[in-house]
Amino acid sequence: MEPSVSIRDLRISYGALDVMRDLQLDIQPGEFLVLLGPSGCGKSTLLNAIAGLIDVSDGEVWISGKNVTWAEPKDRGIGMVFQSYALYPQMSVERNLSFGLRVSGHPKDDIAKRVARAAEILQIEPLLKRKPSHLSGGQRQRVAIGRALVRDAQVYLFDEPLSNLDAKLRVDLRVEIKRLHQRLENTMVYVTHDQIEALTLADRIAVMQGGAIQQLDDPLTIYNRPKNLFVAGFIGSPAMNFFHGALVEAGGGLAFKGQGLEVPVDGYETSGPLAAGQKVILGVRPEHVPFAEAAAGRPGAVEGRVELEEPMGADSLVWLALGEGQMSVRCSSGKRYHPGDRVPLAFDMTRASLFDADGQHRL
Amino acid sequence: MSHQENARGPKPKRLTSSRIGIYAFLVIAAAFFLLPFYVMVVTSLKGMPEILKGNIFALPEKPTFEPWVIAWAKACTGVNCDGIRVGVINSFKIMIPSTFVSILLGAINGYALSFWRPKGGNVIFAILLLGAFIPYQVYLYPLVRMLSQVGLYNTLPGIIAVHTIFGLPVMTLLFRNYYVAVPIDLFKAARVDGGGFWTIFFRLMIPMSGPILVVAAILQVTGIWNDFLFGLIFAGRDNLPMTVELNNIVNTTTGTKAYDVNMAATILTAMVPLIVYFVSGRWFVRGIAAGAVKG
Ligand SMILES: Nc1ncnc2c1ncn2[C@@H]1O[C@H](COP(=O)(O)OP(=O)(O)OP(=O)(O)O)[C@@H](O)[C@H]1O
Ligand SMILES: [Mg+2]
Repeated sequence: MEPSVSIRDLRISYGALDVMRDLQLDIQPGEFLVLLGPSGCGKSTLLNAIAGLIDVSDGEVWISGKNVTWAEPKDRGIGMVFQSYALYPQMSVERNLSFGLRVSGHPKDDIAKRVARAAEILQIEPLLKRKPSHLSGGQRQRVAIGRALVRDAQVYLFDEPLSNLDAKLRVDLRVEIKRLHQRLENTMVYVTHDQIEALTLADRIAVMQGGAIQQLDDPLTIYNRPKNLFVAGFIGSPAMNFFHGALVEAGGGLAFKGQGLEVPVDGYETSGPLAAGQKVILGVRPEHVPFAEAAAGRPGAVEGRVELEEPMGADSLVWLALGEGQMSVRCSSGKRYHPGDRVPLAFDMTRASLFDADGQHRL
Repeated sequence: MSHQENARGPKPKRLTSSRIGIYAFLVIAAAFFLLPFYVMVVTSLKGMPEILKGNIFALPEKPTFEPWVIAWAKACTGVNCDGIRVGVINSFKIMIPSTFVSILLGAINGYALSFWRPKGGNVIFAILLLGAFIPYQVYLYPLVRMLSQVGLYNTLPGIIAVHTIFGLPVMTLLFRNYYVAVPIDLFKAARVDGGGFWTIFFRLMIPMSGPILVVAAILQVTGIWNDFLFGLIFAGRDNLPMTVELNNIVNTTTGTKAYDVNMAATILTAMVPLIVYFVSGRWFVRGIAAGAVKG
């Protein structure tokens, strides 16, 4: 099938500085793709390039099988939602929604029909006569989404649409956006630096750093099998624990040895051959550590000393000193731990990650 | 006293000596600037015999509006004795189109510079501002030559063009600074919505520019109305603005100087800027701040 959006060899520079180089990305029709990455990694730049709001230095942008690299934003079949809402302040909600259609000279009854439909989908009918300054943040963002909807575009672009909202509203609107996608079945490209948003909304996530896509996969793969140290560290909260060391021969198999630990790596699903002597980084998510009773009897169980405990409601995060390192473990909050407690824990290699010494590749 | 047990609610205001000093200074400063105006008003309401008694601060004994009538309709400028009313009409004919055109062009410039960022835009802007800092007397002679070449010297369109050109740097600066503060996302949203250069300008930006349009109008109306030099040089005999006519009236002497008529004519000339100041003092201060402080 032809991709809905296709980015080919994209380069974007400001003066002598390349903020993006040789970027390739194919987005399937109806897909919900999330661009995720730290601030300044080029997410908005990429989105603006798709929208045609910045000029590309090299490469092509294709939308729905058409080369739109030189096309005006309005001719690309896109709708866009901005973090700052960007509602036209002196126009009522209704006129905000209809601005684009009025500018392009649509017939009046068609405009009315489309505005009514968008207002119905987003439940903003009672607000139609109001000015943006008389709306709450959540209502404003709904209107902003509505303004994109009336355009009947093939591709919707969202640039951190929820990050100006408070936590509760963010969750509500997140669910609504997901529903919207299920109902409309359009392609959506969604920028965020909130990984929860990314994991819950996306069909696929593109994790970006320094103007390059580090990994493009479905959320579970990104979470379970991060391709490199950056993705592993960026995804997951609290962050993954890392131990630096090397592989050694032990008891007929291989083991990770380093920072005062020796852990057999049996059960690790490797993508290439592992060899003794290889320098590696071991990554373990706090929520994947068999702890206390769960660790008892497991091979390679070790003992950690509790340093502090952070209760988080449903569960709690326990920080432990372990060998010459430190790690955090997530455990259900049935039991309290106190500084100084000695608790057994194990490494579940089926859910751990191994990276080469410079963190570039998963082993 | 750092803390008081019974402190509650708004802090009581106390009249301190420094506060009294500030008020005293403000009152004196205001009186200093109002005094000349007071003298003008009372003088314009006196007859000449009373003026010649010499007490310029005294209130008129027999107030009369005769000097005002003369100033308006009968005072002589050289050979014509039509009063200052001709100049009023000329001033409006110059001021209204000049204000309108210079504001429109300044707004378009500011809009293009802030949102469309044409290549070399910043250089052009810098040159424009530089132009604003060169004393404009330097331009007078070349401009006279240029306008005569195109047949606009001593015409109404000519003087309007001059005011527009000299108003452009400040107008551009004013609007550029205003539009730079408008979120760029608004502009991007309008582009996605299909707005082109003019659509976005007239349908989105101008309706959002109310405050700065008022400020620009105040600056241009008062500036152009008060202009003397350009009017004298470029307007031509038939279009002389009020300021030039006033000068002619005051300097046309036949017998004793008619101080009462001169004062009345002066107040009449100053009327438009005075009204603008009184009606829009708040905006005026804002305009000065916008032009001077922001870079
Ligand atoms: N006009 C510009 N001139 C120079 N550099 C720019 C310009 N716009 C963006 N950049 C640079 O491009 C890089 C990517 O910026 P971009 O806005 O795409 O980041 P982002 O991922 O959206 O970040 P955030 O999460 O903070 O929005 C940044 O390093 C930024 O400094
Ligand atoms: Mg961004």
